[in-house]
Parts: sequence; C-alpha cells; structure tokens
Amino acid sequence: MAGSSEFTGVDFYDMDALLSEEERAVRDTVRSWVDDQLMPVIGDCYLEGRFPKQLIPGMAELGLFGANLPEEYGCAGLNNVAYGLIMQELERGDSGIRSFASVQGALVMYPIYAFGSEEQKKHWLPKLATGAEIGCFGLTEPDYGSNPGGMITTARETADGWVLNGTKMWITNGSQATVSIIWAKTGDLDDQKSIRGFIVPTNSPGFTAKDQKGKLSLRASDTSELHLQDVHVGKDALLPNSGGLKSPLMCLTQARYGIAWGGVGAAMACYDEARRYAANRVMFGKPIAATQLQQERLAEMLTEITKAQLLVLQLGRLKDEGKATPSRVSLAKRNNVNMACECAREARRLLGGNGILVEYHSMRHMANLESVYTYEGTHDMHSLILGQEITGLAAY
Amino acid sequence: MKIAICLRRVPDTTAKIAIGPSGTSIDETGVKFVPNPYDEYALEAGIALRDAAGTGETVVVAFGGDAVQETMRTALAMGVDRAVHLQGTPSADGLANARVLADHLRDGGYDLILFGKVAVDDYGQQTGAMVAELLGRPCATAITSLVIEGGTAKVTREVEGGVESAHCALPAVFTCDKGLNTPRLPGLKGIMAAKKKPLDIIPTTAGASRVTILSLALPPERQAGRIVGEGAAAVPALMAALTTEAKVL
Amino acid sequence: MADILCVIEQRGGAVRKGANELLTAARQLADQLGGRVDALVCGAGPVSGLDGLGAAGADRVLTATHDGLAQYAPEAIVATVQSIAGQYAAVLVAATATGKDLAPRLAAAIGAPCGMDVTAVHAENGAVRVVRPVYAGKAIQTLEFSGTAVVAVRPGAYPAVVSGKAGAVESIAVPAFTARLTVTGIAAPDKATLDVAEARVVIAGGRGLGEPQHFGLLEELAAAFGGEAAVGASRAVVDVGWIEHGAQVGQTGKTVSPELYIAVGVSGAIQHLAGMRSARTIVAINRDKDAPIFKVADYGIVGDLFEVVPALTAAVKAAKGQ
Repeated sequence: MAGSSEFTGVDFYDMDALLSEEERAVRDTVRSWVDDQLMPVIGDCYLEGRFPKQLIPGMAELGLFGANLPEEYGCAGLNNVAYGLIMQELERGDSGIRSFASVQGALVMYPIYAFGSEEQKKHWLPKLATGAEIGCFGLTEPDYGSNPGGMITTARETADGWVLNGTKMWITNGSQATVSIIWAKTGDLDDQKSIRGFIVPTNSPGFTAKDQKGKLSLRASDTSELHLQDVHVGKDALLPNSGGLKSPLMCLTQARYGIAWGGVGAAMACYDEARRYAANRVMFGKPIAATQLQQERLAEMLTEITKAQLLVLQLGRLKDEGKATPSRVSLAKRNNVNMACECAREARRLLGGNGILVEYHSMRHMANLESVYTYEGTHDMHSLILGQEITGLAAY
Repeated sequence: MKIAICLRRVPDTTAKIAIGPSGTSIDETGVKFVPNPYDEYALEAGIALRDAAGTGETVVVAFGGDAVQETMRTALAMGVDRAVHLQGTPSADGLANARVLADHLRDGGYDLILFGKVAVDDYGQQTGAMVAELLGRPCATAITSLVIEGGTAKVTREVEGGVESAHCALPAVFTCDKGLNTPRLPGLKGIMAAKKKPLDIIPTTAGASRVTILSLALPPERQAGRIVGEGAAAVPALMAALTTEAKVL
Repeated sequence: MADILCVIEQRGGAVRKGANELLTAARQLADQLGGRVDALVCGAGPVSGLDGLGAAGADRVLTATHDGLAQYAPEAIVATVQSIAGQYAAVLVAATATGKDLAPRLAAAIGAPCGMDVTAVHAENGAVRVVRPVYAGKAIQTLEFSGTAVVAVRPGAYPAVVSGKAGAVESIAVPAFTARLTVTGIAAPDKATLDVAEARVVIAGGRGLGEPQHFGLLEELAAAFGGEAAVGASRAVVDVGWIEHGAQVGQTGKTVSPELYIAVGVSGAIQHLAGMRSARTIVAINRDKDAPIFKVADYGIVGDLFEVVPALTAAVKAAKGQ
C-alpha cells in the first residue's frame, strides 16, 4: 500500500487542476516509489557517502530514464511537464538520486538522441533506458567549469577512429558508468567550433574513473574524475550531428530544465517537514507553529514554492511547444534552486537541534542544494545569461 | 485464465475527514481519491497470475460514478487488460451493490473474481463474499496466500490464533488481504498505455436498498488525560488511577 | 419479528471466546424488541461451553451437528441458518475473522442487509440500527435496516453480562448443502498467543523499545495480567521485522477495542491511533513528554520505559496476588 505518514505534496494554488490525468499519475507513481524505496535508505546512504545503486533496476522498470524520449527507443514518451514532475519527485527524496536520473536521461540519452546516428540510437538508447548501461557526461574539466569552451581534452583522428586525451572532473555517475559521453576538441585548443561528442565505453583501455572524496554535499551520489590517456575509439564513437559548444550546451539546457523542477521538490520536502514539526513541537506550553517567527518562515516558504511551481509549469508547457529557450530555462533554474536553498536553510533552522540529525531531511537537502546551486551553470552564470538576454551585452 | 478484479475508489487514507452538509456523507472538497488499497492486492494477484500463465485476460470492474474511470485507469496502468465501468450510483446497501456486480460477472466466464478484503471508506467488508454467495461459487475472504494448480486454488488466511488453510475448485471468488503480495506501481509506460486500453461503460442501476444511513458524525473527542508522573516512581499513581478511576484492574 | 439469532463460533469442539459478549448484545436487542434470543452452535460433535450460553443471555441453544463441520464450513452454516432465519429480526455474529467471513454469506443467502464490525446495535421503532466506525475510525456511521438484518459485532464492544439463567438446548438438523470451500485446518504459531483483537488488555510496543529483544519486557508485563493480555505493535516495528504482522495495531493492521491499552515507546502516529482510539482506557509510557500519544492517553508516565515497565510489571503482579 502506498500511503501512510508519507508525503502528500504542497499545492496551495491547485496546480493539480492544471495537470492532465497522466501527468498526475506519473507524479504519483514516482512519489510512491520515493516513499517506498528511497526514503528508507537515503539517510544511511548519505552518511556513508554511497549511491543506492540497488535502486537502479527499479527506477528503470518504472521508466524513469529518458522518460521524455520516444517510445520507439524503449522510452516512456512523456511530455516535458511529466518529465519535470519525475525530477521534482526524485529530488523531493534526494538531489543525488535526481542527479543520477538527470545524467542518464538528459546528459547521456539526450545527446545520443539529438546528435547520434540511427544505429547509435537503436543500440544505446534502449540499454540506457533499462539501466543495462549506465552513462556519464564528460564536459567539465578541473580548470574549465563555468567556461566549458576552454576545455583542453582533445580528440585526434586516426586511421580507424579517434584517440582521446584529457581529464574531466565533477562527473556524476563517473565511477559506475559503463559508457561516457566525452566532449573534446578535434581541432586547435582555441577552436570551440571543433568540439564534438564521443560515445566512449568506460572499459576502454586508458580510461579510468576515480571518485572524488571528502564531499560534504551530494554524498549519496558518485562524483568522479575521469582520465583519458590515449583512449582509442572507433569511427562509430563520434556523435555525427554534434558540433561546437552548442551541442553540450543543448544537453545542459535539458538537464537544467529538470533541475528547475527538482528545486521545487526539495523545497516541498523541507517545507512539509518544517510544517509538521512545528505543529508537534511544543515549547513554552504551545506548539512552535503558534509563534509569529515560525509562521513567517512557513509563509515565506509556501509563497516561494507556489511561485516556483507555476513558473516551472509554464516553462514545461512552453518546452512542449518548442519554445523553452536556454535563457527561459536559465531563469527557472536560477530562481527555483536558489529558493530551494533558502527553504532548506530556513526549515533546518525551524527544526532546531533536531534539524542537524540525518533522520530529519532538511539539512541533507540544504547541503545537497549547494551543489545544485553550483552545477549545471552556477547561479551567477545564469544571472549573466539573463543579463545578456536582457541587455544584449555579455559580461562573463 | 480469465480474471475479474472489482475496484472501489476511496479517499486516500491520510485524508482529513469532514462531514458534509447532508450529515450522512463526507465533505469531498480537497479530498484525494485513490484505488482502495486492499484492491491493489487483488489487482496485483490477477496481473501476476496472467503473466505467469503467459496467456489470459484481466478485467477491472467498478460500479460507480464517472470519477471511477480515472481510478480504473490506474489499474490499467498497472497492467490490467481492459476495464468495465458499471455506471451508476452505488447503494448504501452492500447487498444491492453485490447483486449489480454478480449480475454483470455471472456469464463472463471468469475463472477468478478477486476483491480487496475491505474498502477503507465504509469498511463494509461484504461485497466479495456476497457476490460469491449470489453466484454459488466457492469463496475465501481475507486471503494471504493463493496458489492455483490446475483447476484448484489453495489459500491461507489469518484467523485468531493461527493461519487457516483451505482449498476449492475454480471458478472461485476471493477477497485479498495485506500480505498476499506487494502491489506493483504503475510504470510510466503503463500510464501512457492505459488511455488506449478498452474501457466499456454500461449504465447500471442498483436495486432497492434496505439500508438507510441515518448519520455520519465525527467521533467524540477523547477527554484529555493527564501525566501521572515521571519514571518508575509514577507507577503507584498509575496503578491507583487504573484501579479506582478507570476501574480496569 | 422480535427474536434474535446468535451464530456462536466454535473451534475444535469448544465455544470460542467472545460468545458471552455477543449474547449480551443480543439480549439487549431482544429486550428492546420484546423477543427471544436463540444461540446456534454448529459443530461435528459435542461442543463444550454450551451451558454458559444461557447465563450469557440465550433463551434457547440450538445445536446443529454434521461431520462436515469439524472445520469451519461456511456453506453448512449458511444452509442451517437459512432454514430457520425467517423468524428472526436479526442474525448476530461476533466480528472475528471467521465471523466477518460468515456474515456477508448469511446476508446474501437470506437476502438481508449486513452491518459489519458494529460497536452498538439497538432497536428503534422495531427496526434494527447499528453504530459503526468508518474511514479508519475517523467517523462514526449510524445505519437503520429494514427487515431481517445480519450484524457482526466488534469483539470488546459489549462487555459480557452474565446472569444465573440457563438456556434450553435443542438440536436441529443441518440441511443438505454443497461444500464449496474445504478448510483443512489451522496452523497455530509456535507459541500460543492471544490475538490483539480479542484481548482485554493490549500492551503495544513501538520504536522506543530500541531493539527487537526488548519486546520481552512487554511479554513479561502481559504475563503479569494472567492470560488476558496480548502484545501488540506499531507499524514501524512490524515493518522492520521485530514482531509478526498479526501484532500490528493501526490503520493497516488490526483495529482493537480492549478495555486497557498500554502504549510503550509508541510515539502515537495518526495511523496507529486509528487502530486503538476506541480502547476504553489508554495508558502511554514514553520518555518524550511531547509525544503525540500523550494527547490521546488517559494516563501517561514520562520516563525511561526500561525502568517504568519492570516497575509496572511488579506492581501488576502484586495487585493480582502473584
């Protein structure tokens, strides 16, 4: 039975009425899955710094990977609002689990779908959908984060394919991936247009992945360094329709879209926890929910969540019409993750001493959201993307 | 195997209950409705039996208003093959509702008709066994295990003081309890496929009712109690209260 | 029609616990209607405990004997009741697992409406009315039936009232029936335990116990009550396997109405309360004075259960002269 002390959502402005029956059903199924499968293990995983990989088959069976890609490739063929709701509900559980799904779907399956040949799509997409293959996205480098165009990973053409050299960092799923999408320059290092994408199996000789240790955020997620030392791949490794920085950025736009929904999920989790706690926690003879300062906190959280929900719903409808431009996605990612960071922090404070314990979720969300604030375009980068959109002037 | 599963739409178990203006039913404003949780065990059992046999058909049947179609689509999303909506207003009389279902199911050629043990709104806990009796078919209620071998079903159910075993020939009717299985979640592909599966609507009227709901009310608030003390030192005070006030010792 | 028929559950040739409570409810109903109470006992041979049925309220005890009734045989009982049901205003059973299985079959066979798991049954202007919890105990429903009704009465709802009367015993025939379901037996668990739904006293443990072996503390307290107490549990500890599902009290477990419910290390989640809020007296023992259970408890002790429970066990033993 999927029901009991579990999460029932936050819906102050009856957003449910704006969703279709299928969208609600998708949201409900992922919500139940998170309650049944993720919540019982996430605290321990977070403390131990371990991704709950035993959950991958269950996620695949539900159809969570690449859910907005077409059915002909083994995917669920959902619209973008339903896809967003999946990310929202996964992140309500934990940002690390949502990161896994974002990478698999938006950063590995999407580039193959958008830039790959029909053979590549038919070969890889169904296997990634079932979790038989796990992917990672190699764009960021130790010295090239916000400026991915400056990358120094190279791909040199050989008689029968390519040889890749370089280092990638902050790569989610890196150490457990069976396949990676590596972005490398095929021309001079100052030639961004020569950036192409490559499908590189991680067991290729010369390819190593190593987990980055000592993380204080996204602990239930694998974050790795990738080293490519003379890694040879065949001609069929190239994503033929990829070209220039635009290609990886299109992937990022897909992921950022999902993350904007994810922020709503994390904020809902923290608000819901804070609300219930405040109702039960008695101090000075009354529940803390009866105090003005805590009511202010809760009112602020509910307001921000409601705004963010409506923002991202319209973005989803625009995306389904092909109108979700990168800067529209930037606005949502920037706003929704920032407001989630603040909700998590305020919820943590409302929870008092109990708020530092792993059995309460707000501080785990708070720590995770610092990574979400930083990755997929830092908050500041999105400010500049919007600034350029508004003024026409680049200030990077 | 041909398997029918009867489904009810009920308020989510976490819903806060308020009494509606008629004083005989709940106020449905803001209440989320879901498939009856015990019916999910029946749905899972039906789908799993069909999958194990590799052949056969599962049909979900519900008697109710149009809102029940969305509930049946959850069953279709889980993997049931088709749905039948007996469109009408259920009676307050469980027997009248059972007659409606029995009349529809009688000639359907079903090897199994499955129900949840009890609906978590009215807690009637009667429809399944009544349908079986009306159809003259073997029935066990609140089953926690089900094994079909050839034309025979073996079941167990929990009774006070133990587990009761029974068997019967097919066709049969069972009501399902927690512990029978773990119901699958509707997968995303299943959710998308549900709308394309057949859903037949049959206008239906329940017969005469011999039950009148006189009232539905919130339970009386328990009087606030008291903390009699702290630690083991409070035990004498508790014993005194249980003996002289509550008179339960 | 003013007479009441009680179908008394027997198992293994002995009348089952709860018969007296059922007869008390029937007696009150029959008195309101100005009628008689008949108790029907179906079995495969002699059944012990028949003499007590008169004292509990039966004017007449009807025995129906058939080899096929060695185990629970619903078709046989239905056929027997069907042969005499026309005379009765109501047919009552105890809402045990078996009673709840039987009641709807009886109702469909005799064409009667069925009120399940009622906490009160009475007559008003010759019609049978019942009161029953619905929506997991969050609301109370009152129903009126026209004509003969089948009513399953929740165990514990009517404390037994026993007078000195005897009831005349008559045997009746079991009509021809087709056994469609064959019950082969009941497997008892390794240690014979009183079911939480039938116990006068329930002692429930929650996560505050800390470890599964600490249920032993509650078993000792239950033993101190001398055979009328059962150990129950919250869903949290059942889910992690500290105790079997049959002990679970709550929305997805059992609903119990004991006279005394002692919640030990149970925080008091709404779903748990749904299963025990109709207990006559609730005691809570918890080290967190803000635990929600204290809001529904009649009496509470704030403290370390590892100190309080043994002290309570000793006090109960002393009070019972052990």
